[in-house]
Amino acid sequence: MAEPFLIGDRMTGGYGGADILHDCTLAVEKGQIAVIVGPNGAGKSTAMKAVFGMLNIHSGAVRLDGEDITALSPQARVAKGMAFVPQTQNIFTSMTVEENLEMGAFLRRDDISGTMVQVYDLFPILHDKRRQHAGELSGGQRQQVAVGRALMTQPKLLMLDEPTAGVSPIVMDELFDRIIEVARTGISILMVEQNARQALEIADKGYVLVQGANAFTGTGKELLADPEVRRTFLGG
Amino acid sequence: MEVLNALVALSNFVLIPAIAYGSQLALGALGVTLIYGILRFSNFAHGDTMAFGTMVTVLVTWALQALGIGIAPLPTALLALPFGIAATALLLLGTDRVVYRFYRQQKAAPVILVIVSMGVMFIMNGLTRFIIGPDDQRFADGARFIIKAREFKEMTGLSEGLAIRTTQGITVVTAVIVVALLFWFLNRTRTGKSMRAFSDNEDLALLSGINPDRVVMYTWLIVAALATIAGVLYGLDKSFKPFTYFQLLLPIFASAIVGGLGNPLGAIVGGFVIAFSEVTVTYAWKKVLVYLMPDGLEPTGLVQLMSTDYKFAVSFAILIIVLLFRPTGLFKGKSV
Repeated sequence: MAEPFLIGDRMTGGYGGADILHDCTLAVEKGQIAVIVGPNGAGKSTAMKAVFGMLNIHSGAVRLDGEDITALSPQARVAKGMAFVPQTQNIFTSMTVEENLEMGAFLRRDDISGTMVQVYDLFPILHDKRRQHAGELSGGQRQQVAVGRALMTQPKLLMLDEPTAGVSPIVMDELFDRIIEVARTGISILMVEQNARQALEIADKGYVLVQGANAFTGTGKELLADPEVRRTFLGG
Repeated sequence: MEVLNALVALSNFVLIPAIAYGSQLALGALGVTLIYGILRFSNFAHGDTMAFGTMVTVLVTWALQALGIGIAPLPTALLALPFGIAATALLLLGTDRVVYRFYRQQKAAPVILVIVSMGVMFIMNGLTRFIIGPDDQRFADGARFIIKAREFKEMTGLSEGLAIRTTQGITVVTAVIVVALLFWFLNRTRTGKSMRAFSDNEDLALLSGINPDRVVMYTWLIVAALATIAGVLYGLDKSFKPFTYFQLLLPIFASAIVGGLGNPLGAIVGGFVIAFSEVTVTYAWKKVLVYLMPDGLEPTGLVQLMSTDYKFAVSFAILIIVLLFRPTGLFKGKSV
């Protein structure tokens, strides 16, 4: 089997103190959605940060499209085609929606208007609010700005840390629909989700992490059908 | 006629001086607020940065005067200003390289950077005194007045005269141009927007690929220009004395904080709030009141609320009142 588009291979490490991740492996294929679920404190966000180079892993490797990027800084990974949407503080609140998108495309020297149109097509509400300060928007709209900003680099891989945290169930469904749409354009998606059931429903691949290690791995459907996973994480 | 005379007296002694002083404070406060917003510390060396920039401008002005180069009726100092800005830019970039960068890499707490900036303040303080000395220096030349009090009286037939000094006119015009350029830069250019983004959310700016070193460099360059312009305008309007610039730090900080630290618009408003309060509270209102009050009721005293020696107390009273009711300043500022 060919190697996946992105793989965080047997990552072990933490923020400097005790290790949080233990031999944790995450992978996502081109144009697919991989979801990381697990109980609180399982190291889901930490695993994401490790893949993005925001913390040191002392063993294991991260490879993107076959290239070893373990030693690269987060900024260098952005240039390689990775984009990351943090869980909180993921927008420039004092800037307009349009300026947020422009800042997302900061590294690009070519014409960004086409990508901006694509983002506005994906999130029409952002077009209506493009002159408004991002800090004045609702929670769901802010998340759309955050995802839009990340898409402006035309990434090959989009990483989302709990994109639906703090939004209403209706907005959550809407966001999941948009994420599927993004994946259909060929962008791989790796995301952490609290709403495990809904997330696994749209996932091509699911990872259940417990205490920084892989507990269960499978397609979204397999995990949803697995009685053990259902009993321990999905509430029956 | 009485009302007109009162109005003229008010303009002459309160409005015009306060507008000029306010413009100077606003330019100084803009520098402080940019450093606070982007580099995230209160720069106590700002007053002495202004003094250094003004000193270089004064020295170049003298050289130009000696060579007989001038732009009369405008002051020669305007011609020397770019040299002052360039020298200050070099000084600030050098300081950043040898001092601030180290603490930035250590991710030092803002309070440590404040103390560090105090050290820088003392060095710059000494540097300026070492080169030009602690005394008062006059370097204004060219036409002294746009309108002279006597001409105004003859022109209008009023008994009160209105004088507008060239330096006051230049101060206001320069401040308007500088502020317009700054806002255009911050709101319209890619680099300016990246500076605002960096100020707003440093981590996300890094994730967007914004280069922090470039942002820091541009900030120092802009601050060098703002500080030198503010210092030269103040020096032209009054006179250049290093200690006065050190003292200016107080109303400048008050302006930046009253407006909301980190908010450029707030810095400008804060500058005028502080300037107008200082001037109105320390002005002897007798003259204006004599024109306005009915006969027999004119005040016999000076009607001066406070002696001018207390003007710094005024800035701080305003500062405390604003902080009590709006802790982040009149405009939305931030607190690190």
